[in-house]
Amino acid sequence: MSNATITPPAPGTNSLSAARLPRWSPYAIAVGAVAIGCAIGLGAGLGSQIQWGLIAAVLFVLGTYGIAAAVEGKRQAKDRVATSVVWVAFILAVIPLVSLIWETVSRGVKVLDVFFLTHSMGVVTDYEPGGGIYHAIIGTLEQVGLATLISVPIGLLTAIYLVEYGRGKLAKAVTFFVDVMTGIPSIVAGLFILSFWILILGFSYSGFAGSMALSILMIPVVVRSTEEMLKLVPNELREASLALGVPKWRTILKVVLPTSIGGITTGVMLAIARIAGETAPVLLLVWGNPLINTDPFQGPQSSLPLYIYQQYQNSGGSPAAYDRAWAAALVLIAFIMILNLVARGIARWKAPKTGR
Amino acid sequence: MDISTKTTAPPAPTDPPTPSLDKRGARGATRPGDRIFLGLSRGSGILLLVIMAAIAAFLTYRASMVLSKNDGNFLTTFEWNANATPPVFGIAVLAFGTIVSSVVAMAIAVPVAVGIALFITHYAPKKLGGTIAYVVDLLAAVPSIVYGLWGALFLVPHLTGFYSWLDDYFGWTGIFEWQGGAPRTLLAVGILLAIMILPIITNVSREVFRQAPLMHQEAALALGATRWEVIRMSVIPFGRSGVISASMLGLGRALGETMAVATVLSPSFEINASLLDPGGGTFAQNIAAKFSEATEQGRDALIASGLVLFIITLVVNGAARAIIARRKEYSGANA
Amino acid sequence: MAKRIDVSGLTAYYGSHKAIEDISMTVEPRSVTAFIGPSGCGKSTFLRTLNRMHEVTPGGRVEGKVLLDDEDLYGTHVDPVAVRRTVGMVFQRPNPFPTMSIFDNVAAGLRLNGSYKKSELGDVVEKSLKGANLWNEVKDRLNKPGSGLSGGQQQRLCIARAIAVEPQVLLMDEPCSALDPISTLAIEDLIGELKERFTIVIVTHNMQQAARVSDRTAFFNLSAVGQPGKLVEIDETERIFSNPSVQATEDYISGRFG
Repeated sequence: MSNATITPPAPGTNSLSAARLPRWSPYAIAVGAVAIGCAIGLGAGLGSQIQWGLIAAVLFVLGTYGIAAAVEGKRQAKDRVATSVVWVAFILAVIPLVSLIWETVSRGVKVLDVFFLTHSMGVVTDYEPGGGIYHAIIGTLEQVGLATLISVPIGLLTAIYLVEYGRGKLAKAVTFFVDVMTGIPSIVAGLFILSFWILILGFSYSGFAGSMALSILMIPVVVRSTEEMLKLVPNELREASLALGVPKWRTILKVVLPTSIGGITTGVMLAIARIAGETAPVLLLVWGNPLINTDPFQGPQSSLPLYIYQQYQNSGGSPAAYDRAWAAALVLIAFIMILNLVARGIARWKAPKTGR
Repeated sequence: MDISTKTTAPPAPTDPPTPSLDKRGARGATRPGDRIFLGLSRGSGILLLVIMAAIAAFLTYRASMVLSKNDGNFLTTFEWNANATPPVFGIAVLAFGTIVSSVVAMAIAVPVAVGIALFITHYAPKKLGGTIAYVVDLLAAVPSIVYGLWGALFLVPHLTGFYSWLDDYFGWTGIFEWQGGAPRTLLAVGILLAIMILPIITNVSREVFRQAPLMHQEAALALGATRWEVIRMSVIPFGRSGVISASMLGLGRALGETMAVATVLSPSFEINASLLDPGGGTFAQNIAAKFSEATEQGRDALIASGLVLFIITLVVNGAARAIIARRKEYSGANA
Repeated sequence: MAKRIDVSGLTAYYGSHKAIEDISMTVEPRSVTAFIGPSGCGKSTFLRTLNRMHEVTPGGRVEGKVLLDDEDLYGTHVDPVAVRRTVGMVFQRPNPFPTMSIFDNVAAGLRLNGSYKKSELGDVVEKSLKGANLWNEVKDRLNKPGSGLSGGQQQRLCIARAIAVEPQVLLMDEPCSALDPISTLAIEDLIGELKERFTIVIVTHNMQQAARVSDRTAFFNLSAVGQPGKLVEIDETERIFSNPSVQATEDYISGRFG
């Protein structure tokens, strides 16, 4: 493709100069590869654009190697192939992610309006248009709120134990199991509460049951992030306070925690963002409810992720239900992204001034 | 700490105002405020251990109630009729589907994630790299149900062309043979899971690559290595164990993923050599799908399968953590 | 083998910050040239422009010419990888590849160019280790990791690794600053032997070392912190240390500032 402009190769064995491809050659090869990929796709009548892309990607890598090997030599060619493979990996990953955001936004805005946000599914069947997510928003807020109320004290105290007191076997075991707990699949957490709370103790489905399962997922995240933040507090601060005769527990409450409060808040918000999207435990424990139920301790509720799943699963492919599912997904993503951005904002704003 | 506690404990109540050198060590345990606070925080730590033990205990207890009644073989039976009397159910198909879809996901995600991680740390201009790292962080936060919705309503319809292409050119391998059904099979699930675990593998690998010592990279450069040779000589050997543990964390996610699989996969209780034809379910997907119609006995059977999933993820995550811990010691000893 | 270096009008930047300005000098082949000067005067930066390592640093760029026997290192068709093969480098902290054995460390540069027979490789490794005065200490444990050696041995291993690819010029960036006096002495002796075969440029903050090992010495200085470093003068080492032509040099050497 770009052979015409390549400088004549004249490298002596002992010379520093070597024939090099011009700077724009990767772009030229990329354009050529995409062009040929599209041409093959059209010519052979391949239906899927994914194939066109794959053919173009393969052509790009092969073309880079061939041209570079011919002009610059094998080592340079390998280097260029590595570069182009890394680029291709990056682009391959970006495509689905961009598509995901694009689909959610473009399909979600269709039915998303004030009515949708302020009404439940009470008088609407899953097949009809209309209805909204008010009940699901209430459910999500209550369940996530309760889970936060349970997780934050336990998580904070555990982290304080590990950083300020923890030595010996118990601390080691706790550290290990916090790591292990991070990896528990959400459905297993749901099954645990199901077996313990509903099957054995005989309680019924409720938002609170879901909150307990969500706390199992949230606690290890809170412990981990709080631990990291507490470790950032310089020891000099603790010693300065202890040396003034302040008891250790007051030192922790009045000196250590305030110093790291920004980071801890960030960690908690990121943990909330993580559990707000959990569906599986909610499916097992909260059951789902098209009506507004504001009492998380009594009777089934809905929640945003569960709503998305049930609109998709139980509607028999009705377009109205799919629209609602996308709109709810958009609301959920927006909620989680705002939590993320605010959390990172706090982290930046409250960055410990004493930190190294 | 222990010793000083013992030595000062007896006199402490009698002479609190006397300042002594031992006091500082003992303070953690003697004042009432300190004792309460230590008790609370240690109690939380113990509570975590209790929860972990309880998960294992309750799941095992409920599972044992139904396993004794099972008329099939839990490990080898190819069906799931847990509501029947006597119940007949087995996890063979679920284990198959879970492992196959996770392996497909890993095969796609690990190379791409390593590529992106290297792109961020060693190829992209610094600012672009930072932006990408930030975006990857945000993508890790997208809930799995949204991936599932996207997978079912966007990815699956766009996969038919790809499936027929695979069938045309690689159908002879048997693995990519296609009868022409909807592409809601293990390959689609694997692709979706790959996209979902990409962020976590990328993030952990990126951290390790970023920590690769500059001095070894400069040594390679000064020997006349190209950028790729520098990475091969001094970045990848340093980051290998980190990438392995990152992959295992990703594997743990893929094994336990529920909603994305439940929306995309159309399960079938048979095993098929082809990834493109129906065959197999996954543990988590089966629980989500069978739960609403399950009787109490059926729920216990689902709990039994959940216990197996729990054990598998424990082993995988434990191994990943062990590798990370060993690596820490190794690099600590080296520094 | 060894080549002459002619630098003219060389200026190097880190982003918008000018680190060294308008440096011109000649480095004679088969000799040792030492760079001395206060911290931050840009002597290490200048050294790294001589094998195009400077541009590896984010934001690093260079203006001016560096001629290696009439060939400009910064010419349009010059491959920086080829430059670094021709101009080897030894760093401040010994940096053998931690995952490689002693043998593999020395062979690392050769293997990049492929096509060596095992026996040939062995010969070159032995020759290079002998050249670095390390052979007798490690010949029985060539397959052990290089990180198991002492600091001084590691640094000589790095020198062996650098000379194994037969460069024309050897750059050394404070090669002894992380070593004890006895290891330092071993390296200084080695430098004396190596200059028979290579053009050597060494950055040092130790003036006695400059006086001991070098034939010519260049003194760098900066007018104020944040200002670019400049070459004050370069001359025979004896003259620099006994009768420098610039007052600033004398002040620095006699310890009156810096």
